[in-house]
Amino acid sequence: MLLADDVATYHPIVSGNPYQPHMARIVRIYKMVENNHLFTLRFLEDNLAHTFRHQPGQFIMLSVPGAGEIPISISSSPSRPEVLELCVRRVGRVTQALYRLHTNDVVGVRGPYGNGYPIPEMQGNDLLLAAGGLGMAPLRSLLWYALDHRDKFNSIILMYGTKRPEDMLFREELLALVDRTDMNCLLTVDADPSGSWKNHIGLLPTLFDYAKIEPLHTYASVCGPPVVYKFILQRLLELGFPKNRILMSLERRMKCGIGKCGHCSIGYKYTCLQGPIFTYWDAINLPEMI
Amino acid sequence: MKILRLRKEKLDLFASVVQQFGELHAPVEQDGKYVFKRLTRWAEARLDYDRTILPPKKYFLPPRETLFRYRPGEGFLPSTDGLNQRIILFGLHACDVYSLNILDRVFAGRYNDPYYQARRRNIAIIGIDCTPDKQCFCRSMRADFVDHGFDLFFYDTGDYYQALVGTALGDDMVLATGNLFEAVDAADIDEYKRRSWNKRRAFQLDVEIRDLPEIFEMEYQSEIWEELGAKCLSCGSCSMVCPTCYCYDVADDVELGSRAGKRTRSWDSCLFADHALVASGENFRGPRASRIKFRFYHKQRGFVAEYGRPSCVGCGRCATACPVSIDVVQVIDRLRRVQDVASR
Repeated sequence: MLLADDVATYHPIVSGNPYQPHMARIVRIYKMVENNHLFTLRFLEDNLAHTFRHQPGQFIMLSVPGAGEIPISISSSPSRPEVLELCVRRVGRVTQALYRLHTNDVVGVRGPYGNGYPIPEMQGNDLLLAAGGLGMAPLRSLLWYALDHRDKFNSIILMYGTKRPEDMLFREELLALVDRTDMNCLLTVDADPSGSWKNHIGLLPTLFDYAKIEPLHTYASVCGPPVVYKFILQRLLELGFPKNRILMSLERRMKCGIGKCGHCSIGYKYTCLQGPIFTYWDAINLPEMI
Repeated sequence: MKILRLRKEKLDLFASVVQQFGELHAPVEQDGKYVFKRLTRWAEARLDYDRTILPPKKYFLPPRETLFRYRPGEGFLPSTDGLNQRIILFGLHACDVYSLNILDRVFAGRYNDPYYQARRRNIAIIGIDCTPDKQCFCRSMRADFVDHGFDLFFYDTGDYYQALVGTALGDDMVLATGNLFEAVDAADIDEYKRRSWNKRRAFQLDVEIRDLPEIFEMEYQSEIWEELGAKCLSCGSCSMVCPTCYCYDVADDVELGSRAGKRTRSWDSCLFADHALVASGENFRGPRASRIKFRFYHKQRGFVAEYGRPSCVGCGRCATACPVSIDVVQVIDRLRRVQDVASR
């Protein structure tokens, strides 16, 4: 146990310490897809839960006590505050430890970090969201932000593809968007062995046949594995998208999230400060970007 | 700036007085090389040293430090271990003071690093001038003189040290000695200028950095990176001895038989294989050639875009420490060299 005096000497740097994780309770674990669970967190400090605000596309540093700290993109929209939703794939040491936790266990959170999507520039434009696989995790924040501020954007198109229907993240809520008349929600799977899938079947780029796109008035936000970037970017360029209207969300190794530890550096930019949202123009000018 | 002079034979007296401001550390000889270390007596200090093995960053960003202690139910409690220790770091060369000014910019900004900043506040810097050797190229890197970042800076002017007083603390040190310091006269200033001119001519290495960022861009695909990648051992020595390499790793350790633990950070290097490795297995800088290219690129090109100058200060430590003799000056020279079109 700490003595009272120790706590007192700790105090001076608590306030100004950007590495300080704030404790948050896991209020819900939703087994969305195998090894891709949705963790809903709420800060223990009520005041922080009320005041925490982020931009779509930003991320937090998540601490699993004893295991470490990792960057995780925020899947919930700032238009729906009080809790943070994180879609986390079980893939490394810290996420393995997270998956061993239960509802009501406590983790650490600091942030939000990164630039997020350039919302002021995107307002008044059409939005094209293109995601493959786990790429829906950061885009879901932007999607709900746009739907909750529907009057600020023109047409909204979502293109999302996974291998099979059971791999689709946020499947129920996205299926519920298919019938919405104020957006074009296009969902596809590479294959459907079960035969129960009622939406598109085919690779992600085939969805372009169902979308009306005006490249000069659209911001395209792309996120997914390298293969998604390869084919979607090619298609967007063919359609005539200016390179600064194509937005990409990148992942990197990070230890600090605030431009100090050096790990996420790409050429001369830090993914944690100048990213994780980069334009395609940034991407082709920064070495080793994708 | 307040400028005074101190008789050379009074330096040991100054050193004994200045200890009231903190623990005295200075370069001492160790196995034929030099290290910054706590002095047990003033006679150990070797102010004529060439360069220390490790730069002064070890005082401000320790090789390993505890950031937090974690206890269930209490969360992460920031560690203050060693942050309030008062140290006088005596005998830094200009390039090393310059390197701290560079680290200041990295560890400040929108996100202040409280650990670094606390140490920077509590560690006083007394600089001393030096004579370049065959590895020094601080002049090329514009780091052969510093105008801030020190509390006091001593220039050798023969019978005296000319002392630049950089901070209020430096002034307090001067005042604590009573009337040990004297006013400078025109002859002292002339002597300083004469020696400054001689120092300029003593450099054996020279690299041009003015359009280096552009050359790095143009030579990004150069075969030199593959050659260096084949030669480099990925040992990371260059990063450890670099006064401005600040990459660090963070790890949580759990105490045995408990759920409490601590979060520590330790020096890292972009030459290590896992520096850009993410959990999915993707490594954004897998090949060694891409890692060594990144190190040069970030120092000489990336940092210019971020902070307006290269992060290299030309101290010569990396070339001295590299077990396979990779030399930054030679690398820059080769990149700048005009290649014959036919030989490409």
